[in-house]
Amino acid sequence: MGLLSENKRAALWSVILLVVGLLVWELSISNQQVAAGELTEYELLTGAGTAKAGVPPPSEVLVKAWQELSNPFYDAGPNDKGIGIQIGYSIYRVLTGYFLAAIIAIPLGFLIGMSSVAYKALNPFIQVLRPISPLAWMPLALFIIQDSEASAIFVIFICSIWPMLINTAFGVAGVREDWVNVARTHELSPLKTAFTVILPAAAPTIVTGMRISIGIAWLVIVAAEMLVGGTGIGYYVWNEWNNLDLTSVIFSILMIGIVGMLLDAAFGLLQRRVAFVE
Amino acid sequence: MTTKSLGNPFSKDTDLRHGQSCPCEPCKNARIEAQTPLMSSEEMLEQAVESAIVRSVFGHSDIGRRSFMGMVGGTTAAAALASVFPLNEAKANILENLGPPEKTDLNIGFVPITCATPIIMAQPLGFYERYGLNAQVIKTAGWAVARDKSLSGEYDASHMLTPMPLAMTLGAGSVAEPYIMPAVENINGQAIVLANEHLDKRDPSQWKGFTFGVPFEYSMHNFLLRYYVAEFGLDPDVDIQIRVVPPPEMVANLRAGNLDGYLSPDPFNQRAVYEGIGFIHILTKEIWEGHPCCAFAAPLSFATELPNTYGALLKSIIDATQYASNPDNRIEISEAIAPTNYLNQPVTVIQQVLTGTYADGLGEVQRVPDRIDFDPFPWQSMGVWILTQMKRWGYIEGDVDYKGVAEQVYLASDARKVMTDLGYDAPAENYKSHMIMGKSFDPDQPEAYVDSFEIKAD
Repeated sequence: MGLLSENKRAALWSVILLVVGLLVWELSISNQQVAAGELTEYELLTGAGTAKAGVPPPSEVLVKAWQELSNPFYDAGPNDKGIGIQIGYSIYRVLTGYFLAAIIAIPLGFLIGMSSVAYKALNPFIQVLRPISPLAWMPLALFIIQDSEASAIFVIFICSIWPMLINTAFGVAGVREDWVNVARTHELSPLKTAFTVILPAAAPTIVTGMRISIGIAWLVIVAAEMLVGGTGIGYYVWNEWNNLDLTSVIFSILMIGIVGMLLDAAFGLLQRRVAFVE
Repeated sequence: MTTKSLGNPFSKDTDLRHGQSCPCEPCKNARIEAQTPLMSSEEMLEQAVESAIVRSVFGHSDIGRRSFMGMVGGTTAAAALASVFPLNEAKANILENLGPPEKTDLNIGFVPITCATPIIMAQPLGFYERYGLNAQVIKTAGWAVARDKSLSGEYDASHMLTPMPLAMTLGAGSVAEPYIMPAVENINGQAIVLANEHLDKRDPSQWKGFTFGVPFEYSMHNFLLRYYVAEFGLDPDVDIQIRVVPPPEMVANLRAGNLDGYLSPDPFNQRAVYEGIGFIHILTKEIWEGHPCCAFAAPLSFATELPNTYGALLKSIIDATQYASNPDNRIEISEAIAPTNYLNQPVTVIQQVLTGTYADGLGEVQRVPDRIDFDPFPWQSMGVWILTQMKRWGYIEGDVDYKGVAEQVYLASDARKVMTDLGYDAPAENYKSHMIMGKSFDPDQPEAYVDSFEIKAD
């Protein structure tokens, strides 16, 4: 076993697990008994000649994925768009809400981290608002904002703000006293101290918060779009659920996972960039 | 009630530049002084026409108009204006001689069910285009979202359930906003479906403890289900549980055992049979032959601010509804509305609903050509019936002006005018009595009707 490096062995195991898992899945789906020969009118009307809705084997999902991914940007009307367009809508909503949240959360987090009075004053509000399920805001948002698009973005905003805010405050408060003292002896202005000393020191914690936030935002957008409808990957899932088309549902679940993984990987890269060794 | 932006154009005290809900101080004070009496929608439409004409005469100089009205008096001015400009004719012609639509790009909401057939099919079959409109039909996840998107103006008009515009106008379960319903979409076309495990419980008195799904609180489905079980001695608020489930989620919930049955729109009744999960206990036409179900509704402001667009849209909807009512067209329609962009359902399922030749889930093929039918005329007596049921089950309280509200929301004369224009027969009166499970309903005695029921909310 010493022939392969640890990474290669892990990759091999991943492939084996995948293949075994798919095989078990494929075999566990028994072929549906489709009535053959002459069908009575009743059998025709109840769809006896065609397959019933059910969990599809992975081979069907692959065929579906091939169909959808070979033409991802078709647009057949407001309620029927390709998977690429749907994912595009979802990413647009997530990023808009997310960056709005970042614009507010990071400066506010700085303030809270640097001033213990601000921290104590704002903490009760944060503690009450933070655990609220973002979807609970949806009816209120729809009613007040009166725009379903903006409401979805608001829900993303409200769910991604907390991890960033708390992590920023935590990171800023945790900057070593010595470094701030050194800055003080060099007579740096508070603003300059914030940007040249505290920001680089707190950056890894802040980016961790941002990474947690983007993950949550992506989780929430699917649910929000299922609720509001119209466009987006969440709407796609809902629309196929209407038709009990589980093949499409499983395909979109996979797509949601892949996009979420890519978003997370992007922040993983950023995290490595800002890391430092003491 | 608020009659948005409709001040009396012949009064020197009203300012036509400010709407009636204008928040500025002088307006607020003026409103408190002069509470406008209740207007029917037709009066409102008339006043909108008058207002438009008077404004055009005075070249949008409101100061000029007000000082003129102050000097000669409103009545004199109205008479003088009528002598040179045929006001009454202008009012009557608003739906007949339509100008080009003020706005051609429209968003119309729909919930993916066969009740919405005319609204949906008008798009692929070109009915909107025929009347100069470029309308998109937007799929909506449920009734609460349809209500909110309509209230917020994202939808210009929307597919709704017949009780919804009444409830919204009254502010029941919604902000109060005057809504109009100039056309019914479908009559009949719903069913009570039970899960297969209840094959032996065909007598509703055995349903104690059941959980039923209905698509929305303010729906015919809710009121018909309540009526039906109450006739069998069950109190729907005590003996059974009624849950609001969006139509598309009915089948999944029935399969999962969350529901014992539901009274829901099609295609989800037929879909349950198609999937082998449930059976059709009865069609709702057996409860009330010809009951209304879904409707075409819009905020009143849509009709007053964009009268030409409103007229063109109403014409396309009524034309499409009449087209759908012809059984010969139903197969073509099934194919037009089945794709992903519209209902996203197998064609066979839609076809069974629309043609009435269907499998009932009990091993029989039933042939009921009027399982669903389409009739645009909004009988005001239907509105009164719905209000009596809202009163009966405690959705509204106190004194209800049954006929007043029904007449304000169900625009029977608009529908009649358009139907006649398009060459269809329209009923001559707005009220008739209905027969529901063998008991007749007299729209002239709504309060007595409510009191006649033994089972009702306290």
